[in-house]
Amino acid sequence: MTEHPLYVDGNALAGPLGEVFAVDPTTAWRSCPSCRLPATLAQLHVYGPEPGLTARCPGCAAVALRVVTQPEYLWLQLGGGAGAFRFTLPAVAPGVRRP
Amino acid sequence: MHGWRRARLTERTKQTATGRTLTFEVPHWPGHLPGQHVDVRLTADDGYQAVRSYSLAAPADAGGDRIELGVQAAFGGEVSPYLADDLPVGAEVEVMGPLGGWFVWTPQDHGPLLLIAGGSGVVPVMAMLRARAASASGDPCTLLYSVRAPDEVWYATELDAAAEGVRVRLLYTRTAPEGSRRPAGRITTDDLLGMPPPTDTRCYVCGPTAFVEHVGELLLAAGYGPDRIRTERFG
Amino acid sequence: MGDLSPGFRGKTHAFAGRLPPGQYPTESFPVLSAGPTPDVPTDRWSFTLTGEAGESRSWTWDEMMALPQEEPTVDIHCVTRWSKFDTRWRGVPLDVFLDAMETAADFVVAESFDGYTTNLPLEDVTDGKAWLAHSFDGFALSPDHGGPARLVIPHLYFWKSAKWVKGLRLTLDDEPGFWESAGYHDYGDPWREQRYWSD
Repeated sequence: MTEHPLYVDGNALAGPLGEVFAVDPTTAWRSCPSCRLPATLAQLHVYGPEPGLTARCPGCAAVALRVVTQPEYLWLQLGGGAGAFRFTLPAVAPGVRRP
Repeated sequence: MHGWRRARLTERTKQTATGRTLTFEVPHWPGHLPGQHVDVRLTADDGYQAVRSYSLAAPADAGGDRIELGVQAAFGGEVSPYLADDLPVGAEVEVMGPLGGWFVWTPQDHGPLLLIAGGSGVVPVMAMLRARAASASGDPCTLLYSVRAPDEVWYATELDAAAEGVRVRLLYTRTAPEGSRRPAGRITTDDLLGMPPPTDTRCYVCGPTAFVEHVGELLLAAGYGPDRIRTERFG
Repeated sequence: MGDLSPGFRGKTHAFAGRLPPGQYPTESFPVLSAGPTPDVPTDRWSFTLTGEAGESRSWTWDEMMALPQEEPTVDIHCVTRWSKFDTRWRGVPLDVFLDAMETAADFVVAESFDGYTTNLPLEDVTDGKAWLAHSFDGFALSPDHGGPARLVIPHLYFWKSAKWVKGLRLTLDDEPGFWESAGYHDYGDPWREQRYWSD
């Protein structure tokens, strides 16, 4: 038994993406550009959480989005191509030194 | 949804040998829907942090600041054994939430309800059952609950007591109690016989990834539409 | 912060000499994955070196196994903070492949059967610093660890050691790979703790 499963549902993205989205992103809907399978973000298959979260189409496994969180930043890449957006996260409480 | 809040552990209840429900007091908790989860963040003295997701086991009590989480200690895990046994009562962690709007059921969602849980996957389903019990819902509701053995049943007493309004069927995968008509084994098509009809039934499936995959295939084969099945895999 | 989660230590502890900063030693061999594990039978496996002008050279599994082999024993360091000491591999030094082609390239992109990529300076995969490994600890490399063959480049964080590798592409310019384009460091030296882009 491992603490990190092979993959989980996109439900698991609610927390990390909640840091940068104003509305719950997990009910957002898409049609996979590779295989046309419709899915909500919550239905994607999510691999990780380390080194990052890779969310894939449940039908064809094409990359739908990726999230990398580091202490000060969250990187979000939509789709499989290059070009992740780096969001600056709110400052941490004084006294907490994130590694 | 935004930001981390402090949460103080007020109570720890042993559900199984490795399963615990933890009650936290979270000042100004905004409330949540049955099926939602929180992320829990632990911080070590040297600043190292670890984050994991845990399902909310109880519906929000009106205006209350308490939440209940279910934690299954994973052998060798970094976070779950600490939460299950080591975090002192009275101590604080941080939580973010409530999270997730997909694996959610509320009493306003009408129609028959089919809940299928594997192991500690019963936790978010319990929030749905409790919310349903507190409502006037008269729609039929069935819980199929897959566990390895009788001593691995979470909420055993509460599920017994719920038997009036909810059909609860325990499916033992390794060891069945003496006198069971169903031999021990994983869930099959036969276990779906007599369930509410596919047409208007809402299905919620939560458990380990392999369990959810398997149950999803059984439900689709039995005619339940993919748009009527919501899943939560936790590995 | 002293008043949060008392008694929680995480897995980072000091370890003399061989442990880069921020790492903890492990006896196990954690599996991290960014997607489904590809199934690559060795009879359909090939390894392709592509030059900066597009010319290429390929090796089948049998041809690769007939090349000079080495058995490095090395420490490996994962950016997720675990380090594993004295891992034993068997495989072909990348020099053997790279010597087969003239190049003016300064960089190389490793490409895998599952679409994964990672970028490296050419000088970091030559002179006996990197291998195409097909055995671990005396046994054929298992699929979850990158079998049938993966890169082993122990002096950089282990995400650079691409699993299920199918080829190397020589490039004149640096082309950030799968993790490097999403926040991780372009080079990834564990001793300088180059985890993220800004480190």
